Amino acid sequence: MPVNICVLAKQVVDPEMPAAAFRIDPDARQVVPPPNIPPVVNGFDENAVEAALQIKDEQGANITVISSGTSFALDVMKKPLSMGADELVLLQDDAFANSVDSFFTVQLLSSAINKLGGFDLIICGRQASDWDNAQVPLGVAETLGMACITLGKKVDVKDDKVVVERLAPDGFEVVEADLPALVTVSNELGQPRYPTLRGIMAATRKRPTVWTTGDLDLDDSQLEPRVTLHDLFVPVREQDCEIIEGDDDADAARKLALKLREDRII
Amino acid sequence: MADATGILVLGDAPAGELAATAQELLAAGRTLADTLGQELSIGLIGSDLANAPQQAIAHGADKVYSVTNPVLADYHPDLFLSAMQTLAGEANPNIILIARNNEGRELAPRLAFRLGVGLAQDCLEVSADASTGKLLANRPVYGGSAVAVVSCNRTPQIAAIRPKTYEPLDADAARSGQVVAFPVEIDSSMAKTRVVDVVKEEAEGIKLEDARIVVSGGRGLGGPEPFAQLEELANLLGGAVGASRAAVDSGWVPANYQVGLTGKTITPDLYITVAISGASQHMAGCSGSKAIVAINKDADANIFKDARYGVVGDWEKVIPALMETVRELTQS
Repeated sequence: MPVNICVLAKQVVDPEMPAAAFRIDPDARQVVPPPNIPPVVNGFDENAVEAALQIKDEQGANITVISSGTSFALDVMKKPLSMGADELVLLQDDAFANSVDSFFTVQLLSSAINKLGGFDLIICGRQASDWDNAQVPLGVAETLGMACITLGKKVDVKDDKVVVERLAPDGFEVVEADLPALVTVSNELGQPRYPTLRGIMAATRKRPTVWTTGDLDLDDSQLEPRVTLHDLFVPVREQDCEIIEGDDDADAARKLALKLREDRII
Repeated sequence: MADATGILVLGDAPAGELAATAQELLAAGRTLADTLGQELSIGLIGSDLANAPQQAIAHGADKVYSVTNPVLADYHPDLFLSAMQTLAGEANPNIILIARNNEGRELAPRLAFRLGVGLAQDCLEVSADASTGKLLANRPVYGGSAVAVVSCNRTPQIAAIRPKTYEPLDADAARSGQVVAFPVEIDSSMAKTRVVDVVKEEAEGIKLEDARIVVSGGRGLGGPEPFAQLEELANLLGGAVGASRAAVDSGWVPANYQVGLTGKTITPDLYITVAISGASQHMAGCSGSKAIVAINKDADANIFKDARYGVVGDWEKVIPALMETVRELTQS
């Protein structure tokens, strides 16, 4: 039986954009998407797609990617399909514009997962590179009452169990759970594969399922925000760096060492 | 139900000693409690807490819940969560503080969702408004490129605090407080996951998190070989070696070398970065360093904005000369 896998993926502003292109709108309390720099699929979520594809390569799987957000760039969000995922479900509503409140996002995603009939395994990136909340996967696991394993660097499915190599500060642990389960993965999983030409062609033909809040069974209490964003600002870096000059690089290095000695740091 | 009141810190006591992160949370919580005129309590979770409850009082707690059960001897997220949920229900606090360490990364969001409330994640600073009882939290977002100020709309208001951002209070053995036994009824059948193996990949020498001096390398090193030189420099200085995510992703060093938002948080006295550009994601793990030294051939690299001293140059020439001079200085 192919494993029925769901991957949660988010569209984010490109975190690799030049620092100078990073702008915020303080009144709207939002980051201004940089012009001419397209958004990307959150990096850790691409790791999650890769983890799902490795299981598909090994034993067969049907992979559904679900994303909630607003202003989707369809060619960007189709990337997981061109890597080899099977279905794409977009939860699209202007109400998702400010995703600082993970609670709301979790209600939507959990409701969509239920509507799709549930999955054997849900794989998510550890956190999104925009709000760095690292809450949504764990919230989905709690809301759906699933076993939850975080920070995987390797994910296998064996005999109705998921077996995960989980990062620890001094190495890793091997953790297993009966399916259904939710696993978050980190960049240590390795580089996600590139889309193949065949994959890109196949993705072009696929049409995502698009749902709005109204398509999901949610009550008022689930839609009520749990967190309020009061302010968003760019922190001031106050350090005045003293550039150590020398006749050449080696001389500058010697002067640096003397400076550190003088300051009693070494 | 009575109004939620008080600040509840959630902590643990590995080997019967109050965890350093719990001491930090007590320092943050003490200020909140004094601002609000409310009680500061701590829930210590474990099987045998030994002297940790007394240590917690000395570090600022008014009240200690000894949340115990034999199955809590070793950390398991499902069992710890169950204990925390029970305690939160009983204590009915206005604010809960939890460390955003390796365990807190999974416990804090799960606890918030279990209680149906909001979480201020990965906070650098928390304050309280005495008139409303509201918690305000500053938290880095977009990899540290911006800071968001957030509050939680329901009680308990939960904040996960980044380790090493608060200094523990000096222990005062004369402080008095109340210790409440709080045995919890949980059993190991509540655990939905099983640890079947533990693999240690500890680097030799001083632990990165504990080192007074850290030397880190980044993408600009171009390969794994230069890390041998960084090891040599770190050894000379009695320090440890770290790396940026780019170096880890390239497979040059193991994952546990990574310093940054998704790696380790370090606060050494001296942090020497070699060929690291200083992306905000990296700085998120080292911005508490007392002095940063940047060695980078690109004068426009971001790292110079955070550094006290910088050398704009080629690391292949800088590092050997630096080592030679350090040798002369430390051996004379």
